[in-house]
Amino acid sequence: MDRQLLSGNEAIARGAYEAGVKVCSAYPGTPSTEIFENLPKYKDSLYCEWAPNEKVATEVAYGASIAGVRSLCAMKHVGVNVAADPIFTAAYNGVSGGFVIVSADDPSMHSSQNEQDNRYYAKSAKIAMVEPSDSQECLDFMKAAYEISEQFDMPVLFRTTTRVAHSKSIVTFGQRTEREVPPYVRNTRKYISAPANAYRNHPKLEENLKKLAAYGCTSPLNRVEMGDGKIGVVTASIAYYYAKDAFPEGSSFLKLGLTNPMPMDLIRDFASKVEKLYVIEELDGFMEEQIKAAGIPCVGKELIGNLYELNPQLVKERIFGEAAPVTDVGVQAVSRPPALCPGCPHRGFFYTMSKHKDFVIAGDIGCYTLGGSAPLNALDSVVCMGGGFSVAMGMAKAFEAAGVTDKKVFGVLGDSTFFHSGMTGAAEIIYNAGNLIPVVLDNSITGMTGHQDNPGTGFNLQGEIAEKLKIEDILTAYGYKKVIIVDPQDLKAMEQAVQDALASEVPAAIIARRPCLLIKRIKHDIGKCSVDPNKCIGCKRCLGVGCPAVLVEYKKARIDRNQCVGCTVCAQVCPMGAITREE
Amino acid sequence: MTKTKSALLVGVGGQGAILTAKVLVNGLMRAGYDVKMSEVHGMSQRGGSVSTQVHWGEKVNSPVIGKGAADIIVAFEKMEAVRYADYLKPDGVVVINDYEMASSSIAAGLASYPEGCLEAMQKHFTCHVLKAGEIAESLGSAKCMNIVLFGSMVKALGMDDVVDWEDVIASTVPPKFKELNLKAYRAGHDAVKA
Repeated sequence: MDRQLLSGNEAIARGAYEAGVKVCSAYPGTPSTEIFENLPKYKDSLYCEWAPNEKVATEVAYGASIAGVRSLCAMKHVGVNVAADPIFTAAYNGVSGGFVIVSADDPSMHSSQNEQDNRYYAKSAKIAMVEPSDSQECLDFMKAAYEISEQFDMPVLFRTTTRVAHSKSIVTFGQRTEREVPPYVRNTRKYISAPANAYRNHPKLEENLKKLAAYGCTSPLNRVEMGDGKIGVVTASIAYYYAKDAFPEGSSFLKLGLTNPMPMDLIRDFASKVEKLYVIEELDGFMEEQIKAAGIPCVGKELIGNLYELNPQLVKERIFGEAAPVTDVGVQAVSRPPALCPGCPHRGFFYTMSKHKDFVIAGDIGCYTLGGSAPLNALDSVVCMGGGFSVAMGMAKAFEAAGVTDKKVFGVLGDSTFFHSGMTGAAEIIYNAGNLIPVVLDNSITGMTGHQDNPGTGFNLQGEIAEKLKIEDILTAYGYKKVIIVDPQDLKAMEQAVQDALASEVPAAIIARRPCLLIKRIKHDIGKCSVDPNKCIGCKRCLGVGCPAVLVEYKKARIDRNQCVGCTVCAQVCPMGAITREE
Repeated sequence: MTKTKSALLVGVGGQGAILTAKVLVNGLMRAGYDVKMSEVHGMSQRGGSVSTQVHWGEKVNSPVIGKGAADIIVAFEKMEAVRYADYLKPDGVVVINDYEMASSSIAAGLASYPEGCLEAMQKHFTCHVLKAGEIAESLGSAKCMNIVLFGSMVKALGMDDVVDWEDVIASTVPPKFKELNLKAYRAGHDAVKA
């Protein structure tokens, strides 16, 4: 069999395929997105889709499990917050077909708003948790996870981290095994989570967890690598490999792949065979707390800490005090924060907003979060997906209640976020008569995660044509009597739209619509702008648009031709007409 | 602990470091090594600083390395060499593309591009500095700059005998860019003095 270098995400997709999974639903989110981007290659054997949000994805996958087939949903760590409701109840009900929920955590917050440790979800929801350490395990453990789900009648949380999901390592493939789908039989006792049924399902779940804990002590997912007995290390996920590199020759390892419930008898036995026990894990002391609570002495978080990613050198440094041989070259690099791309449609919107100091703007999660960075500085808050509208609502109500009258409140989110959970906020604003303007920045794609389709794009995960939901129709149906659609790249029109919305006597909303320039299936109007140095007075107003292609050198503006796409936003702000688009 | 080698490819999103890593990895796999590779996606695509690590040997544990652990840094942009210099072993080697790319804060006039990046690196490490972009353009396309740097890396690390790199490149890049990339590889290779 071929050896292939695969990312953890590619291997998870392959693992789902080999496990005979039939229904898969997800919402994109770094670092989980590539799992579903890799599923359409198996579309002859399984159904896969982008759902509007993680809760919907989880419900779709769970419905498929109830109907008897193996199913998969996947999301980034904060997506599990959205999906938590069905997960906790699915734990009580149990499954028919194996049901796996992938949670991709992001220690160090490479692309996230927090670094929450989702292992606690498995414990809190009382479901099995499987944690792979590399790509081969991503594939193999997926198959094991479906067996566990069916054998112990519960969902499985398949937890990765950025380094497991995105690192590539060598994988050998297996074959797909079709699992026979049993004839569907209605089972109200199991699947109607009314109080009386839930009351009886809870003890059944506790019983299954006990059986699973016993299984964990003999499962091949948990393995002992015995050394000389001086040092023992309990570890899991990517931290296993960090520990392998950091600990001295002869150290023993208890490498856990099934981490909820913890196989405490196995851990106790391992601990009894070593002189000193360490627990090496990223983020919180999930394993360590439980091991200590079981009365087994161990060392971990007091040395390792609970912040950010680890690596072999950090483990060495914190456990053994071995500092890295670091060379200070004496020159400091300037940070290179991400910025809106040249030609980004969001730029015109945020530039317009940045000119009004009385605007209070609640933002959201997506490329447009960058509208809060210098020099645009046009956001007051960013909390979570969908929060743009509802957080703005709370701020508007607070200003009203406190008698603040000199603020104008806007709630801002993107098209994919609108379908994700912005729609409920849009309903809230109408229902409770919010004094604010909701704005949808419609770039016709889910941008930040790398261009996934959503209900507004007219395409599905397979790239087939799908029903295209119209944001303006939805807003109109909700009761927004004035829905202004504007091209944000036309600064005059954008300003006019904002003023019209503020002046409106009826509920108004704005859709700032222009497709992301990186969408490949659209033919974009690409050009180049240039500066006439004789007209440029060096006022630097063009720098205010925050475009990576616009620089000032020797007191004159210059446009980097390699980066410029000719969007003309900088030209529109130039007071001297020094910037023009070349014909 | 088994003996392994690691390379850190650093640059700015969009410079083509991913393809360089792919060629390196394909060659190492063909030579029979265990290989792990790590890169960070997401926000780093948008003009941010990007790094890709390749770690290889008979058996590799961690896909990532820590500070003071890289055998070589290939910097696609010179300020990025400085940014990641603390990841290099004291006897590590550096290949630097003598090219300057302002960050958004520099372009906005909020910071200035640091002086003396090359000199600082040369003072502490064995450095091979080349204008890979200009070499690539002279060969026909600035896009093969990444393979120019790859050629320099192979020579700088003494990896000529690991595998037939020209054959690896030929089978990794799209056929119509094969000749261009082979020329780029040789030019980068020759730019490093033995």
